[in-house]
This record gives sequence, C-alpha cells and structure tokens, in this order.
Amino acid sequence: MQTSISGQSELTQPEMKYIPAGDSALIVKAGKDISEITNRRIQKMLLEIESKQIPGIIELVPAFNELMIYFDCRFTNHKVLVDQLITLDFNLLKEVLYERNIVHIPVLYGGQFGPDLPWIAERSKLSQSEVIDIHTSVDYPVYMLGFAPGFCYLGGVDQRIAIPRLETPRTIVIAGSIGIAGNQTGIYPLTGPGGWQILGRTPVKIFNPHRISYFLIKAGDFVRFYVIDEATFLAMQQTDAVDYSVSGKSLQNE
Amino acid sequence: MQLTILCLEKVFKMSKPTIRIIKGGLLSTVQDTGRYEFQRYGMPVSGAMDVFSLLLANHILGNQPNAPCIETTMDGPMILFKEEAYIAICGADMQPRINDKSVENNRVIIAKPGDVLSFKGLRTGCRSYIAFAGGMQIEPVMRSSATYLPAGIGGFKGRKLVAGDEIDLAIQPVKPPDFTISNALNLVNVPKATIRIIPGPEISSFGFSSIQKLLNSDFAILPHSDRMAYRLEGAPVFPLAGKADIISSSLPFGTIQIPADGQPIIMMADRPTSGGYPRIAVVASVDLPKLAQLKPGDHIQFREISLEQAGKLYQQQMDFFTLH
Repeated sequence: MQTSISGQSELTQPEMKYIPAGDSALIVKAGKDISEITNRRIQKMLLEIESKQIPGIIELVPAFNELMIYFDCRFTNHKVLVDQLITLDFNLLKEVLYERNIVHIPVLYGGQFGPDLPWIAERSKLSQSEVIDIHTSVDYPVYMLGFAPGFCYLGGVDQRIAIPRLETPRTIVIAGSIGIAGNQTGIYPLTGPGGWQILGRTPVKIFNPHRISYFLIKAGDFVRFYVIDEATFLAMQQTDAVDYSVSGKSLQNE
Repeated sequence: MQLTILCLEKVFKMSKPTIRIIKGGLLSTVQDTGRYEFQRYGMPVSGAMDVFSLLLANHILGNQPNAPCIETTMDGPMILFKEEAYIAICGADMQPRINDKSVENNRVIIAKPGDVLSFKGLRTGCRSYIAFAGGMQIEPVMRSSATYLPAGIGGFKGRKLVAGDEIDLAIQPVKPPDFTISNALNLVNVPKATIRIIPGPEISSFGFSSIQKLLNSDFAILPHSDRMAYRLEGAPVFPLAGKADIISSSLPFGTIQIPADGQPIIMMADRPTSGGYPRIAVVASVDLPKLAQLKPGDHIQFREISLEQAGKLYQQQMDFFTLH
C-alpha cells in the first residue's frame, strides 16, 4: 500500500490530495472546482471517515471541494491519518449519488420583505411572479455552511435571475431574508449587514441554538423554496416553524 | 419560627454560592476550551484565546479541564464573593488582589465571604483566566459554555460580564490541595514575540520574495485586533497574480490569511469557520497561547518550523499536565 501524500488508486477512486493545514489539521482535497459531483464526494468522504471512528479526530468540516480534518496532534499526525484515509472507499454509489434530502423552506416573496424583487424583475426583464416561479422551481444543492452559523452556500441559481449583489451593502438585513448574489442564493440566518439582493423572507429559523435540532439544513442537502402568503407567514412565526420545513428524499435519474 | 427561617436562609445561602460582578473590566467573558462539533454548520469554535492558561487554572484547582472560566482582557473585573470559594488565576499578570492584599497567579487562592477580587493593572501579557473550584454553573448552549459574542450565544447570556451580573459557583467545592507552579512556565513578557509558523495550504500562491517578507519582517498588531482576528501591519505580502481569492475554505485557529492589501490577518478564537483569502501559513499550536497574550501595539516576527517539530513542541507543552 503506497504511503505517498497524493493518494491514488485505480478505476473509480478519484485522485485525492492530502494537504496539511498547520500541525492539527489535514485537508483532503477532492477537486479544483465547484461542482455537484466534487461536493457529493466530500459528503461521502465525511460519512465514510465518521463511520470509521479514527482515533484522534476532533471534527470534520466540509467545504466546496475540500474536507478539513481537525485532530489532536498528541494522538495522531498527518502521516498516520493519510495512511488510514487512503484505505477508505470514497466511491459514489449510483443510488447515493442520486438521493436527495430536500428541505422545503416557505417564503413570503416581495413587498416589504423582498425590497429588491422589483429590481431583480426589471434587470431580468421578467415579471415579479415569473422571478418567483423560477426561484421556486429548483432544488438548490447545499455546498457548504460557513460565514455565519446556519448560512448555506446554495448553488444552481437559474441564469435568468442571477443578478449581481448590491453595490452598497445594507447595514441591516433581517434574519430569514432570502437573497441572490450572482450564481448564489441563500438565507441570512442572523440579522446583520449583507450585500445580497433580497427577494423575500422565511419565518423559519434555520438556526436556533435553543431548539433540539440547532440547524435545519446541512451540507449535502438540497433546498427548495415555496410560496406562502402573509397570514401563513405570521402564523408560522408564532411557533418555531420546524414542522413546516418538510424534508423529503427524492431519487432522480440524471 | 424565626430561628427556623434563619436556619433555612442559611441553608439556602450555603447551597447557592454566588459571585457578583462589581465591575466588568474591558472584556470579561465566560469561556471553556471551545465549541467543537458544529463548525460544519458554520458555528465558530470560540472558547479561550489562551487555552493553555485556562487548562492550567482548572488543573491547579483539580477541575475538569473544560470547566468554564472567566477570560478577562487587559483591564480586569472586580468580583464580590458571597460565599467562600477557591480560585486560580493564570495567564497575564494583572496584579490580582483580594481586598487590599496582593495575591499571585498560578496558585490556589481562597476567597472568604465578602472578599473582593480586583486587578491593579496589566503588567505583562493580555488575557487572564479566573477559574473557580468545581467550576461555574453555566447552562451550556450547543454543548459548550463558550461565549460567541458576534451572535450573542453561550457563556453568560451570550455577552460580556457587566456590573450587577451574578453567577452561581459549584455547590460545596472541596478545597484543592495547595499547588504552586514555578515561573519557568512564564509567557513572553516582552512586547515583541517570535511566533513559529508552518507553511499553509496556499503557500504555492506566493512567490519566494513574498515568503521571505513574511519571515523577515516585523509586524505590528493593529488596534482593531480582537477575539476574531489579529490584523497586522508591516511590509505587504502579495500573492502571485490571479491567486488573490480562493474558494471558501476552512480556517484552523492561527491561520494566517493574506487579503488584497497584503497585510496578514491571523484567525483567532471567534474566527468564522471559512474564509476566502489564501492561507499562507498556520501558527504552530504551541505558540497560540503566546499569541493570545500579545495585544495591539505589540510586535511579531515569524519563524518557520516543520510539521514534525510543531507536533513535538505541542506534545511537550501539554505534557505539563501529566507531569504536574
């Protein structure tokens, strides 16, 4: 079994790069780009490594195309970890590749909660309801979470509504706001500054540290937005609307 | 009847040892060794900036290593003890006093009911850790007592301590055996420190001359440095053309990122879980406590060491707790 840093084996195992990030972290890099296949491989790697319960590992953090392994360097080191990792199977089984965990997020579009919807419509040369139709017609892959707790990097925005971010960011964007910035769309989990075009708001708290499930969405999931009206929005706000964000698995053939 | 009430009062008082914050100081927060498990959801680790000093303070008292402590920054708090307690203070020397009497870092200190802990002023370092025998009664949030200030989560109500705050200590703590540590462990006292680093994941995005600049320059720590990041000022370190941005990637504690202006940023305890600037180097874990004891105005020089050396040095540092 080879022990070189750049692990590679025949057939379906892709070439992985193992890159140290300081004395207590190791990157497993699965590709150079942002792509769904690369990202799914990262999710698979994460599950595979977790299942092996390798001693010394503290935490696994997936990003677009790399998986960061945080470990305690008293109990293991880069070489020992790489030797263990190259024996693992990171192949994507066809069924797993096409299985989707979809989180449905209710959105009240436009009006005071979607101040940039008119602008997005104008820039795209579409009506506001056409923009909403397009935005709600896609299962957006969740590439990773970062930047703030619960903030999802969603890919797959339809080019027709991929409007660039605001020239001047807002100082306050209310938590739950749904935004678009170029090819990305996402949900602001906390109130704070933000530069995305805001088209609506969800009453759902995608991050709540005082709830049993702190986070509703994880890397590898898909997000699907759906339309609700103001009455429903207010009703959902009264409860912590976890029950309303329906998860569902769906198998799709590509 | 009166006697019964008095007895009951005494019983309840004794079973609820409390401290009251008279003065919060510049920035005093409840911290433990950090909130792990949730970085994959974008939740920062937070926790002590100088984890070694927090571990040491707990070690002196026989606490669990991860027992919550008060991290205090530059200007210390004033704390009233309503019941007897045993404490230890480690890290920066802020000249602690119990009432009018000087006490020392790195040993068990007894506080009697009515005693006031205060700090005369910062002499060396930047952050002190006050541990209480048996720990503090802090309700964990997301399985940790660390305070994440930017989102107001964890620790004591998700914020820094202010006058009037009351925290319950452990019920009926056992007096720890007397324990003093020799000052051979002293952190760097001088306002200039050598921080050892390991080449980072994006080191190849930097040319030879940039790397030399990082290793041969003197960097000052800028005033707006904080628990999230230390911003440095010095000779600019520019990446090669076209390498200024990276796809969002994870950030270990001590990652040195280089943004567009070439001025290094060192990611600290409250760092976001991911960032988009090239990671030129990572501070060796053994030097993170030293780094945490530097403050704005202090100077840093970087020195490169190997992964193996870094691992050995960290092991040696942590061996302290098995040897003492």
